[in-house]
Amino acid sequence: MKIWWILILGGLATYLTRLSMILLFSHWEIPAWVRRALRLVPAAVFSAIIAQEVLSQNGELNLGWGNPRILAAALATGVAWKTRSVLLTILVGMVTLWVLKWVM
Amino acid sequence: MKQNATQSLTFSAEFWQGFRAELPLLIGVLPFGMIYGVLALSAGIDPLPAQAMSAIVFAGSAQFITTQLVAVNAPLLLTVLTILIVNLRHALYSASMAPYLQRLRPIWKIGLAYLLTDEAFAVTIAEFQRRNEINPNGHAFFFGSGLALWGGWQASTAVGVFLGKVIPQTWSLDFTLALIFIAIVVPTLKDRALVTAAIVASITAILTIGLPYKLSLLVAAFCAILAGYWISES
Repeated sequence: MKIWWILILGGLATYLTRLSMILLFSHWEIPAWVRRALRLVPAAVFSAIIAQEVLSQNGELNLGWGNPRILAAALATGVAWKTRSVLLTILVGMVTLWVLKWVM
Repeated sequence: MKQNATQSLTFSAEFWQGFRAELPLLIGVLPFGMIYGVLALSAGIDPLPAQAMSAIVFAGSAQFITTQLVAVNAPLLLTVLTILIVNLRHALYSASMAPYLQRLRPIWKIGLAYLLTDEAFAVTIAEFQRRNEINPNGHAFFFGSGLALWGGWQASTAVGVFLGKVIPQTWSLDFTLALIFIAIVVPTLKDRALVTAAIVASITAILTIGLPYKLSLLVAAFCAILAGYWISES
């Protein structure tokens, strides 16, 4: 049951955010400082998730050489920077991870 | 108003132009939708709500994070708050789109807002900015690009939900979440403020990982935005 509440409330929050400025624009403009802060949201949230997903498994930190996800993520970062391709980034990252897990 | 070539485009011509402009982006979106479907099931979400989330929330990144929060059984309010924060960027899209939709009837504004995703926005705003003036049928371009993305997202989710039962855990498909976010974030780190935010978020997320219910994500995001903001001011 809880999952449906997540869908309804999360969906509503998302939708109202999308509608907000389209409806309000004529009365109110986003202040410059809010705009500057909002710009940073994706980088902040996604980087936090990346760090946790790469450096921990099931809540346990694993920062050593025994963690193949670190090298896989590093290579994927290079590919993302150079190519900007989501598909290539996933491909290189996953193949690297599989190879390392197979070798180790 | 001055007459020109773009302005004479009909509603359906605009619609299909938008629809076609969105198609190349689907190459990236379709695997993303499939992976979401797979991860949702492995987080313990049933097929029906997993598919419904793509229709109701209709926001890739937020849906991925939701699967993580559901997996650790985070409280409802925290989950919704996280979705809200992850999707706050849409307020910026909404503001950029507003002048182009200003003259439409409210029913169009209310309907089109639902289609305001990252990918539809990217294609549509680029086209609108390329044109010198606002076409009376321009919203049909947005409608077309938004609907193309919507269809692709629902279909690819369905494929993922179907495959989710078949793919074994040993494939480590959960790692694709980190990879997708790397692909999204890395190319956008173009100035000091953004790089600072990314670094501070990563470090804080690791330092606070012991907090329950992925609360660390919100703490890390908050610290990162403060740090990035402070850098951009100085």
